[in-house]
Amino acid sequence: MSETLANGGKVDDSKRTWLIATSCAGAAGGIAAVVPFISSFQPSEKAKAAGAAVEADISALKPGEKMTVEWRGKPVWIMRRTPEQLAALSKLDPQLADPNSTRKPTEQAPAYARNATRSIKPEYLVAVGICTHLGCSPSDKFQTGAQPSLPDDWQGGFFCPCHGSTFDLAGRVFKNKPAPDNLEVPPHVYLSDTRLLIGDDKKA
Amino acid sequence: MAEFHEISPNAAAGEKLLNWIDNRFPLSKLFKEHMSEYYAPKNFNIWYVFGVLSLLVLVIQIVTGIFLTMHYKPDAALAFGSVEYIMRDVPWGWLIRYMHSTGASAFFLVVYLHMYRGLIYGSYRKPRELTWLFGCAIFLALMAEAFMGYLLPWGQMSYWGAQVIVNLFSAIPFIGPDLALLIRGDFVVGDATLNRFFSFHVIAVPLVLLGLVVAHIIALHEVGSNNPDGVEIKATKGANGIPLDGIPFHPYYTVHDIFAVSVFLMVFTAIIFFAPEMGGYFLEYNNFIPANPFQTPLHIAPVWYFTPYYTLLRAVTSEMMYALIACVAVGAMLAVVKGKMPTLFKGLIAGGALVVVAMMLSIDAKFWGVVSMGGGVVILFFLPWLDNCAVKSIRYRPSWHKYLYAIFVINFVVLGYLGTQPPSAIGGRVSQAGTLFYFGFFMLMPWWSRIGTPKPVPDRVTYTAH
Repeated sequence: MSETLANGGKVDDSKRTWLIATSCAGAAGGIAAVVPFISSFQPSEKAKAAGAAVEADISALKPGEKMTVEWRGKPVWIMRRTPEQLAALSKLDPQLADPNSTRKPTEQAPAYARNATRSIKPEYLVAVGICTHLGCSPSDKFQTGAQPSLPDDWQGGFFCPCHGSTFDLAGRVFKNKPAPDNLEVPPHVYLSDTRLLIGDDKKA
Repeated sequence: MAEFHEISPNAAAGEKLLNWIDNRFPLSKLFKEHMSEYYAPKNFNIWYVFGVLSLLVLVIQIVTGIFLTMHYKPDAALAFGSVEYIMRDVPWGWLIRYMHSTGASAFFLVVYLHMYRGLIYGSYRKPRELTWLFGCAIFLALMAEAFMGYLLPWGQMSYWGAQVIVNLFSAIPFIGPDLALLIRGDFVVGDATLNRFFSFHVIAVPLVLLGLVVAHIIALHEVGSNNPDGVEIKATKGANGIPLDGIPFHPYYTVHDIFAVSVFLMVFTAIIFFAPEMGGYFLEYNNFIPANPFQTPLHIAPVWYFTPYYTLLRAVTSEMMYALIACVAVGAMLAVVKGKMPTLFKGLIAGGALVVVAMMLSIDAKFWGVVSMGGGVVILFFLPWLDNCAVKSIRYRPSWHKYLYAIFVINFVVLGYLGTQPPSAIGGRVSQAGTLFYFGFFMLMPWWSRIGTPKPVPDRVTYTAH
């Protein structure tokens, strides 16, 4: 059965079938050709190889001080907390969005850091210094008390300058802030009392 | 297809040449269609210069961009230094660079004014919907172009601005993190990101932009320009078939436009020579510090032209979500109770609202902030179908519409101002109210634009010869 066109001509069914078939083959080829171009957007082998673990010497870190090391191009903070700062942590629970890191436990911290201080040794916090909102690096606000952009009963912590998220000294985010999650604790392990390996926790 | 046209052998050399070309390329035809026989309404006012000015700035950006590319190095280790090299060592390099950086701000200024003109005179209404859509697409492409261009100097603001915007994509559920990785080409913004943004900025987006500009103008010249009265001039034609209220674009408006271009260039060059940084609004101070992936500047804000949309992003906190959920619920309820439509549609609306509310409760506020920012731009595309007012132009709309448009402008400026400021408690509340107004203005337009009695629209445009 061939269709009749408006101008009285007849549709050549065989020709139309081949037209459709070649068009489909052409479209499939065209789509396949897009794959290599899109794939070239992915991280190169060189970029993937740059993710090796880094070692940090924490012997010079005094209580209340923080140091930063680079891991996978991101800043990793190592903070030595004072006993007062540690004592203040538990009092903050009602003000925090997710004090016990229950929302995404596996993404937020390895099993050995899922505790009240979010650390292996209570004294040392190791966290990726990248806000979980949009990737800015929060700044240090260790001084307690009232100050611009912070609440009057501030106990010390971190403040993200981009969108105002605040974190306590265990990297836990405060309620009603744009950041949804606590700061990420990277895999890490103590090689000795003063040497810390960041990015790998198997070489114990 | 035109027939081959012979010309007298005694014709002047110039005429012969033109005839030779016209037989092979429609040069005279194009000139007539788009210039000397394109009939524009004769009652254009000052608002109608910004289209031509955006075209001028586009040319300035392309020309200066070509020359900057000759000296710039798209490499994370060299980029910052090469921009300083252009500023200090390349002869006149500072001028070309400042023309380009000031041009970016000028582009947005004239485009915002051009869009506002369309808004108040109803230039987006039937039959100019496609002209408006192409224009919105140009605005979107322009934002992408400006954003990617801002990374190239590889300063602190370049770096952290890109970091924030690329991370916006990672807020999309399921595919987000992989998508952000695909955009960056690395786990953080780095050399790979800079290199690809350079490619997009100098060739990919400009090509799209030029294509869209051509489409925008072809669509406009097909339907003809609107005017401050919102009267269709094609409805009243003379015996010769030419609109009585129309006047050839060339030379009448080309001469007007040359005057506007002169005034614009005076202001533009004054800024380039005396205030190229514009107090940190055109070029942010932190961008004179090389990019440092370990330290976010204490105060980070986008360039002024992005700040209204940036405020829409910042306004959405988990607390704001409850207000938004309430808005969705009330909207759906009104549609079901008051709307005049079949029961099936009402059911679909109620079901859709339930799904949206469930998603709003389960997905992070961060994602909805991104939706709010993107929605602020995307909603402009729908304008032709949101406006139900019986008349096009603000001149004949009910008087209270004028106040509403005034509040809309003030609100937009306030949103823009808040976007430049560090986060604060009061600012946060104001930006949340402003966000609700911004979306309310558009979303409720189908309803409020019908209220009130429009003034009588004249048959012909209001124009007095001078």
